[in-house]
Amino acid sequence: MDFDMGKIDIAWCPGCGNFGILTALKRTLAELQIRPRDLVLVSGIGQAAKTPHYVKANFFNGLHGRALPPATLIKAVNPELTVIVTSGDGDMYGEGGNHFIHAIRRNPDITVIVHNNMVYGLTKGQASPTSQPGFVTPLQVDGVFEEPFNPLAVAVALNASFVARTSIHDLELTRRIFARAIRHKGFALVDTFTPCVSFNKVNTRHWYQEHTYVLDDNYDPRDRTAAWQKAVETGPWPLGVIYTSPPKPSFEENLPVYKTNRQPLIDRKVQWEKLAALIDSRKG
Amino acid sequence: MTGSPAAHDISIVLAGEAGQGIQTIEQLLTAILQLAGFHIHATKEYMSRVRGGTNSTSIRVASRPVQAPLQRIDLLIPLDEKVIPHLRYRLTEETIIVGDREVVGDLSRLRHVPLRQLAREIGNEMYANTMALGLILGLLAVEAQVMEQYLASRFAGKGEEVVANNLQAARLGHDRGYALRESGEIRFPEIMRHDNAKEIMVNGSEAIAMGAIAGGCQCITSYPMTPGTGVITFMAQHQHDFGLLVEQAEDEIAAINMALGAWYAGARAMVTTSGGGFALMTEGISLAGMLETPVVIHLGQRPGPATGLPTRTEQGDLELALYAGHGEFPRIILAPESLPGAFALSRQAFDLADRYQVPVIILTDQYLVDTYYNTAAFVLDPRQTSRFIVESAEDYQRYRLTPDGISPRAIPGRGLGLVGVDSDEHDEAGHITEDLELRVKMVDKRLHKLEKIKEALLPAGLAGPGDYRAIVVSWGSVNPIVREALAQLGVNDVAQIAIQQVYPLPADLGHYLAAADKTIIVENNATAQLGHLIQRETGHGFHQAILKYNGLPFTVEELVDDLQKCLPAS
Repeated sequence: MDFDMGKIDIAWCPGCGNFGILTALKRTLAELQIRPRDLVLVSGIGQAAKTPHYVKANFFNGLHGRALPPATLIKAVNPELTVIVTSGDGDMYGEGGNHFIHAIRRNPDITVIVHNNMVYGLTKGQASPTSQPGFVTPLQVDGVFEEPFNPLAVAVALNASFVARTSIHDLELTRRIFARAIRHKGFALVDTFTPCVSFNKVNTRHWYQEHTYVLDDNYDPRDRTAAWQKAVETGPWPLGVIYTSPPKPSFEENLPVYKTNRQPLIDRKVQWEKLAALIDSRKG
Repeated sequence: MTGSPAAHDISIVLAGEAGQGIQTIEQLLTAILQLAGFHIHATKEYMSRVRGGTNSTSIRVASRPVQAPLQRIDLLIPLDEKVIPHLRYRLTEETIIVGDREVVGDLSRLRHVPLRQLAREIGNEMYANTMALGLILGLLAVEAQVMEQYLASRFAGKGEEVVANNLQAARLGHDRGYALRESGEIRFPEIMRHDNAKEIMVNGSEAIAMGAIAGGCQCITSYPMTPGTGVITFMAQHQHDFGLLVEQAEDEIAAINMALGAWYAGARAMVTTSGGGFALMTEGISLAGMLETPVVIHLGQRPGPATGLPTRTEQGDLELALYAGHGEFPRIILAPESLPGAFALSRQAFDLADRYQVPVIILTDQYLVDTYYNTAAFVLDPRQTSRFIVESAEDYQRYRLTPDGISPRAIPGRGLGLVGVDSDEHDEAGHITEDLELRVKMVDKRLHKLEKIKEALLPAGLAGPGDYRAIVVSWGSVNPIVREALAQLGVNDVAQIAIQQVYPLPADLGHYLAAADKTIIVENNATAQLGHLIQRETGHGFHQAILKYNGLPFTVEELVDDLQKCLPAS
């Protein structure tokens, strides 16, 4: 399968970590043999959210912060589609924070890749919810003082079905985690560390390399207590699959519309006889 | 007019605190009155609380179909003492108040019936409500048998004792009522009955929901907000039968974005809300405009600004619906005036949204969604749904520039092509563009759809004499009230335009208005929002506005008075 768009004008800066994510994603999709026509990439707004334009697939590039609600329903009305959300830290954890919480609760069978560069790129360098304390920007002139948003800890607290972190400096790890996330049934979060070469001079590719380590094979992501410890660890930051919940039905599987009938909702017809009977039931 | 207005109908009001069971009596009473063959119109006003306060239900029992509320009360059944001050403005010299002194105190005009005492004799005070029900039915000379049959089937699941006690209470009440009637002590005019075998009784929320199902709606995502909640509740309760996807969203922003995702992927979806929730959806409405993804929004209006009067009615959100969403894009706004109108327009909304790839807003209000009356059973024929989705070819482009501005809409996974939609300005394939020439083409394409919509919509529909001197214009739920008031006035040189298609406005509207000596706009708001829209679109400024914005719907009597003052003497 070829997800390559050919020669296109890409809006990212040279050296941007997003290129690595794009490469890893396209390779993973090819490896998983997903057909472009059966894939929908969903995004909000921001540099990361432009990713769908650079992959040969269906796409829904919606509003800032609002990728998860349409993604959830795209999957729900046609479960035959593979749905992947690509979003940035501001889009997903800031503007879209409420949807992040409730999408995890619903557990739709979608993959959510968050390009986490700890800064706002498209709006030129303001703090993001994941910016580290002390991070100075043109807007946070004395440095960030808020507690950084911890997406992994929130996801583990909500018993998310798949929670992982990777960093784009390790392309092979990223590809492996993307593949596991996409294959996973249920909500799969991949928080992906990535450098912003233009607006984040602190959290560089080198910084991520220095401040992360890969969880070893002995780590059991099914242990929620251990997962919690890994989720709140910051110095250095663990990479890998942090947590997988005990198996649970996805949002689509829980929906009454699919309990006895697997046909995608979009292929169904109006139940005229039942509607006529319902109307008749209101006769005196 | 022959005799007093009461010759045609009886206005019955039940009132008391929230939690006293008014809704139950109302439901039983209207069902039995329907069985007995009366024409009925029922509407309620209630406070935003679960207990206490004063709520009331007005039931109009009539010899002919009625679609409007009355001001006057002929028979008042108060369930507590606070009712009288709450409803004093609706009482007339002739109003008969029947109740229990033990409950409502020593009212000078009260016809005392010891409901509680009698209920205690049966075994429990809670049967006092059933007794009141029987009393009303006795006063109307409804056959005891009709009442008993209904109650027996209604309470069947609750055990023999409950059935027996309720029947006994109802019968006792009925005997009392019938005796009061026969003695001539309380005598209402005779109300004619009719064969209603082909009629149904539903409320506005149910009519909207049934219309949506008939329109092919498969999915509803919403956040609860009065008075929009009734639609999603009804659909939730019938989701198993109809295969509906019903999801309570975390907020209205999620709700509208979910609905857009559903439409994009090929389902028909809707959201239901009220003004505050709709305000949160406005960015999503703009998104629908840009993506050219259809969506249907039910906006049940209540008085604002902000939280306003949560359980009451107003037509205050027309301008909100009209201007919601940044940027310029077409939309359709429908305002059903009646229950059959709510069903038909709700159904039609889905085809319109799909055909023109625009947001369609159904504007109702608390009065309409909570009102019910007997009406001809909704017609489903033709039992088919228009299909506007195409199968994509390999070179498919979602926003292909076409002469009419409508690009064939494909969905992901159905065809060889790819479907891309984008909230940025985009090229024909849906990819971000900053090609400013293309921008102009895309704006023109989107706006051109409005011209196509205008060509397809209905004419204004003028009712009344062709050689009118005056025209009265109203919209949505106010229309039938104006209609009855005009009929009662018996004026022969006044025409009515009852608008249900608020935007775009009917093309012939300006032409009708220009030919009138006097034009009057009637709206359930404080600023005549439709009047301003009509002025903007046609250049016609109304001579007079009749406006009501205290949270209650107009009544027939009010409009008779107000119109009489406005209309030129013939």
